[in-house]
Amino acid sequence: MNWIVEHLWLIPALPLLAAAVLSVTARAHRRMAATLTIGAMAVSFLLAVTAFVATLGKSTAAGPWREAHNFSWLQFGTKTLQLGWVLDPLTAIMLVMVTFVSLLIFIYSVGYMGHDDNFTRFFCFLSLFAAAMLGLVIANNLLLLFMCWELVGLSSYLLIGFWYHKPGAAAAAKKAFITTRIGDVVFFLGILYLYSQAGTLLFYDQGKGCLESGILSDIFGRTTVGGMAVTTAIGLLIFCGAIGKSGQFPLHVWLPDAMEGPTPVSALIHAATMVAAGVFLVARVFPLLDPNSVGVSGPASALTVVTWIGAITAVFAACIAVAQTDIKRILAYSTVSQLGFMMMGLGVGGVAVGMFHLITHAFFKALLFLGAGSVIHGCHEEQDIRKMGGLKKFMPVTFATYAVGMMALSGVPLFFSGFWSKDEILHAAHDWPVSRWPFYLGAFGALLTAFYMTRQVCYVFYGKNRGAEKTGPGHGHQHAPHESPSVMTIPLSILAVFAVVLGFIGTPVWPWFQNYLAGTSAAFGFGEILHPEILHVLLLSTAIVAAGIGLGWWLYGRKPIESSTQVDVLEKLRPDIFILLQNKFYVDEFYDATIIRFNAWWAGFCDTLDYWVWNGAVLAVSYAVLGLSWLDRVIDEYVVNLGFDEGCRGVNRGGGWLSHLQNGRVQDYMRVIGVALAALGLLLLWGCAAS
Amino acid sequence: MISQDHLPLHYYLILSALLFAVGLAGALTRRNAILVLVGIELMLNAANLNFIAFWRYNPNPDSLIGIMFVIFSIAVAAAEAAVGLALIIRIYRHYHTINLDKMDSLKG
Amino acid sequence: MSHITPIAFAIITALTLVSAIAAMSLRHLVHCALCLAVTLAGIAALYLQLGAAFVGWAQILVYIGAVAILIVFAILLTRSSEAEPRPILSPYWGVGIAIAVLVFGVLAKAIFSSSLAGRLPPEKADPTVREIGNQLMTGYVLPLEVIGLLLTAAAIGAVIIAMKDSTSGRLASPPIVPEPAQKNARPETPPAH
Repeated sequence: MNWIVEHLWLIPALPLLAAAVLSVTARAHRRMAATLTIGAMAVSFLLAVTAFVATLGKSTAAGPWREAHNFSWLQFGTKTLQLGWVLDPLTAIMLVMVTFVSLLIFIYSVGYMGHDDNFTRFFCFLSLFAAAMLGLVIANNLLLLFMCWELVGLSSYLLIGFWYHKPGAAAAAKKAFITTRIGDVVFFLGILYLYSQAGTLLFYDQGKGCLESGILSDIFGRTTVGGMAVTTAIGLLIFCGAIGKSGQFPLHVWLPDAMEGPTPVSALIHAATMVAAGVFLVARVFPLLDPNSVGVSGPASALTVVTWIGAITAVFAACIAVAQTDIKRILAYSTVSQLGFMMMGLGVGGVAVGMFHLITHAFFKALLFLGAGSVIHGCHEEQDIRKMGGLKKFMPVTFATYAVGMMALSGVPLFFSGFWSKDEILHAAHDWPVSRWPFYLGAFGALLTAFYMTRQVCYVFYGKNRGAEKTGPGHGHQHAPHESPSVMTIPLSILAVFAVVLGFIGTPVWPWFQNYLAGTSAAFGFGEILHPEILHVLLLSTAIVAAGIGLGWWLYGRKPIESSTQVDVLEKLRPDIFILLQNKFYVDEFYDATIIRFNAWWAGFCDTLDYWVWNGAVLAVSYAVLGLSWLDRVIDEYVVNLGFDEGCRGVNRGGGWLSHLQNGRVQDYMRVIGVALAALGLLLLWGCAAS
Repeated sequence: MISQDHLPLHYYLILSALLFAVGLAGALTRRNAILVLVGIELMLNAANLNFIAFWRYNPNPDSLIGIMFVIFSIAVAAAEAAVGLALIIRIYRHYHTINLDKMDSLKG
Repeated sequence: MSHITPIAFAIITALTLVSAIAAMSLRHLVHCALCLAVTLAGIAALYLQLGAAFVGWAQILVYIGAVAILIVFAILLTRSSEAEPRPILSPYWGVGIAIAVLVFGVLAKAIFSSSLAGRLPPEKADPTVREIGNQLMTGYVLPLEVIGLLLTAAAIGAVIIAMKDSTSGRLASPPIVPEPAQKNARPETPPAH
């Protein structure tokens, strides 16, 4: 175990190396790009499994087993900044999930991006993202986590805007980056605050880490603005980062637009991993939000905020998803909604509840996205569900796996993982001492989830194929939808299997997952399921799912959709609400009118300032220099040059004048001698007279 | 002024100065080269006269320096006149004129 | 003839001066030469009056008998005896006159400011030729020999300078050197560009 802890850094390092090599590779080496990336990720996966195995079966009295490896990075003054990585159950489970899902999606991308010119660049960015995500997971220092957080954001930007010549994609990438930036700035403030209070940013440092009881009990008594505890303040600041990254309300606006990127990107980043990073962050710093979890008595009011925001997001996004027509956008809003569920789960039930749903969601949401990608690929890049239909017979494998994913997401009981994980959340919400409202909101959200997923499946897979309408006569069955190649369908099948099987590791019968995270051993007990409160919630969940699917089938499945221009059933019923939902509650427009406009005005103001004041100052200096140089030139030309030239001319003229004395005439010479004689005489006279 | 039989020295000196000036004037103003030589001869004679005058009025009775000088001066003047006139003749043969104004080929 | 009456001195002086001026200002060159001769004679008279008999007679012999005649010969040989219709004075002749006046002025001032000016002649016996000869052979033998050399050189030089050479009469041109006969003459290569 020591070996794997010491070499844990290899897990993110290998994909990073692959990315570095690919960044200087020419575009033509596609096979090399794919093999390198998939190879690196496969090795990382094996190492992750090794790490996971190393954490099995260990538990300590004070909680789960963990081992950290720290090293000094910077020294400033007398203090050293240490970075490091940690291996504990939370880390291990995330490592396995991220490497496995990434591996499957990488394999899928070989087929999906097969026709793209920038194949190599795509794999380079994917590898970079994987490296950053894995680094984030193993980080033992909040600063190192933040660095990987930023890298993940960068990779997301690069991948959303992968087709950068599409203006929509470029705008979406910018929007994603800037919106998450807002969260990240607050996150960074939280980091600074934590450092100032705790003196260290290391999580686990043999009792001296900021998440360990020593430090926590030290700071728990301090309060800050408004009587809020310091830990709560820090926790809320850090949570803002999670709001941005995990698309919680109000910073959710970037996630649906991020669907402009290629579908594997949507699957990997915006379903399974990056958006889950926010949830992971909250899980990682959970002791700050709820010191009671490590045995320090302190306020847990930050968790209330987390729960409420999660619950609101869950319902808000689910409502919007009901009225969308783009296959990926429905899934995007569904992701936002499920992330809300996860946050809610963390808030009401603790790390295990939230993380369980995160793990199961990663698999079935990735499955759904990849399946959507397969559908898009098969319908020749069509993304509007109104123009699809009847794909059940054209793409059977895709249909089967998609159905599994849909049922997992909706929470169809017993066999599908989503049921068990969502049930945990609802159960915990039901028992929340603070309020019952999150439970009601969660239940409503679950209902809507089942409803809109059924709507989507009916639109896409049932009924008559409406894709032929857009092609005129003469194109015929050449454009009929076709099944995707096996390099795409095999990952779908694998994910489908996990979407089913994973549920069984967290049931009340055998709560292995929860105990694994908590560091205790799980007992196998069938009788657990019959406890009244558990059974009560189980039955309620089942009823909700049935109601949702039934309603969906009633409205959309009974009478198949005829044409692509047919008005949606709900729109016919209540057009005003439908339009509101379809326009995403006008949140984007609101932001546009307020923040974006202010920002544009401010940028214009700064530009004017820059142009007139700073630029003016620089120009003034340059004019001064020009003036000086002009003066210099004038002096040089008129004073120095002319002086010199005049001097030379004077000498010249003098010489010319003197040469006239030599005119070759003897008598003139004699005259000069005569004058000289007179002068000599005079001189002698005066000389004699003087002496 | 002329009260005795002996004239003061400065009479002779003035005379010699006058002759010298006349000779100088002629040398400086006449165009013909021969006349310039004539002027030079006049100047030489004026100087000789000066020497003889000073010899005569020398308080030392045995000194013959003045006479010696004049003897040599006359010899030199004769030699110089000969060479100078030979040169003038040669120049006349070359330029066909002995007008001094025309002889400026040594112009600077 | 040690003393002289002032009147005689005045006459001789006037004669000398007038003929000197005439020698310098007459148009006809031969007249100038003759006036020069008269001037030289006047100066010789003055020498005699001052008691320098040898020098006086030597002056008559050499100057008048040789130099003046030489000048006449030169005048004749250079055809300057023909009357010059052109102006006889060089340009800027006023400058020359002025300079002469200036020089005279300086000399006069020098003479009058000197203490020697009013001196009277001491009683002196005229030097005999014997004494002069003695001095020439003893104290002044070196200048004598040098003068001999000088006179020799001048005589030779004057003869050579004035001698007619075979190409005289032509305008200024270098003497033509006859080219050596070229029996097997090689043709010159044409100059390359």
